[in-house]
Amino acid sequence: MAARTFDVAAIRKDFPILETGIAYLDSANTSQRPRQVTGAMLEYFEKFNSNIHRAAYRIAEEATIRYEATREKVRSLINARSTKEIIYTRGTTEAINLVAYSWGRKNLQRGDLIVLTILDHHSNIVPWQILAAERGAKIEFVDIDDKGELRQDQYADLLKRGPKLVAFNVVSNALGTINPARAMVAAAKRAGATVLVDGAQSTPHQPVDVQELGCDFYAFSGHKMLGPTGAGILYGRRELLEAMDPFMSGGDMIKTVRVDGTTYHDLPWKFEAGTQAIAEVIGLGAAVDYLNGLGMDAVRAHELEITEYAYEALSEVEGLTVYGPPPSRRAGVISFALAGIHPHDLATIADRDQVCLRAGHHCAMPLMTRLGVPATARASFYIYTQKDEVDRLVGSIKEAQRIFA
Amino acid sequence: MSTGNPDDQFYREYILDHYKNPRNFGRLEHPDISHEEDNPLCGDVIGMDFRIKDGVIEDVRFHGRGCAISQASASLLTERIKGLPLEQAKQIAKADVLGELGIDISPARIKCALLSLKVLKVGAYGLADDEED
Repeated sequence: MAARTFDVAAIRKDFPILETGIAYLDSANTSQRPRQVTGAMLEYFEKFNSNIHRAAYRIAEEATIRYEATREKVRSLINARSTKEIIYTRGTTEAINLVAYSWGRKNLQRGDLIVLTILDHHSNIVPWQILAAERGAKIEFVDIDDKGELRQDQYADLLKRGPKLVAFNVVSNALGTINPARAMVAAAKRAGATVLVDGAQSTPHQPVDVQELGCDFYAFSGHKMLGPTGAGILYGRRELLEAMDPFMSGGDMIKTVRVDGTTYHDLPWKFEAGTQAIAEVIGLGAAVDYLNGLGMDAVRAHELEITEYAYEALSEVEGLTVYGPPPSRRAGVISFALAGIHPHDLATIADRDQVCLRAGHHCAMPLMTRLGVPATARASFYIYTQKDEVDRLVGSIKEAQRIFA
Repeated sequence: MSTGNPDDQFYREYILDHYKNPRNFGRLEHPDISHEEDNPLCGDVIGMDFRIKDGVIEDVRFHGRGCAISQASASLLTERIKGLPLEQAKQIAKADVLGELGIDISPARIKCALLSLKVLKVGAYGLADDEED
């Protein structure tokens, strides 16, 4: 399709914040949002601000239509069978908590095994730890090799133990490693496990097809894919969602409430209690439209080009260690360390050059412990990233080395 | 880069000196008090060993790892409290520590700058963690 018409200069014009002169290299943390997204939200506030699913007047119908329209856009983006399988959440964290609470409490027994990986984000670790402690289940982590890739031999061994649940991310937020998700899901399904895939770092950056992937649950956030904060998605296979009890409960998720009992609403609304993040969901719909306009294959191709450029540029810096696999097997994320310079000091110096760089443990403390570092510096890229921003980062690194020499 | 680069202001020579050549760095054998604190946000860790005699901090050593600000701040603090009566050391306030660093610290880095003071207060005075704020 629009494979070679990827026009970064034109894209950047849609992001007013980039006009401030920043080199924004923290999109794995949260992306910037284009005018189309903020515009759709503003239009809601200014033209049809009202609550959904409740009122009979025109603007409330308009709000409901726009809110529900996002569901079909998201369904199409990830190729789910039905919009009934698309649950709005605040983000990946809430989506995983929903599964841990509603599916986990019903299905996990004492002694059951949960398999996670050392590449997982805290949001895909802590809910399972709480669940495991409550149910008396056990957690095992798949380790990485020295290239930052999951040890598939160890994964296969853990699957032989018949885990009840397997959860992992497609892309590591800390290292950028792209995991062989399809093969891992298939192996877990053969072993009889229920599989949750954390798509927070993959959905914004590459094509996703949940049917092809074959997972039971798939979670991601809108704010890492041009949308606003506060709107994310849980995809779940319909049979599983039907059998699950609600997570949050209250208004809008019911059919009838009597003093002696309640019947729940149909999918997907059974899981959407209370007044929702209406403007944010509408904004997420605009974000999906924007990404579809570019084409996810083209998004990936652009990021690969930037990542290859950055990987080479950073690898040439003396005293710099890059963590993780080569560019062909990583997303637009590069974590690195500088000899003798703490990541926080580098981030402070980069900030003086208006280079936005993440420093810290990236909500992946088990991985930092595994790597034997307290923190790393991390640069991450998106559709609006240009090579000259990578050059500015290298300039900041050299400046830091001059100061600390 | 440009002249008058604010980094040179922020990472002043004596801060870099304290970072690269920390004073009172290491461990004490058989300390009277030993305490460690970390900053989970950035993984910085600072610990201090104290030898107390007749109410005076006779000796102090710090250990740990972290950014230039947290390490230099710890080094400066040990210089300041070594030989000081505990009662006097108790009077050291956040503003004193920040003032001694002599640079503008952004809110994100304040915890780095004050980590060593937290170790001193929580460790040497047995204050509960939340009383320190």
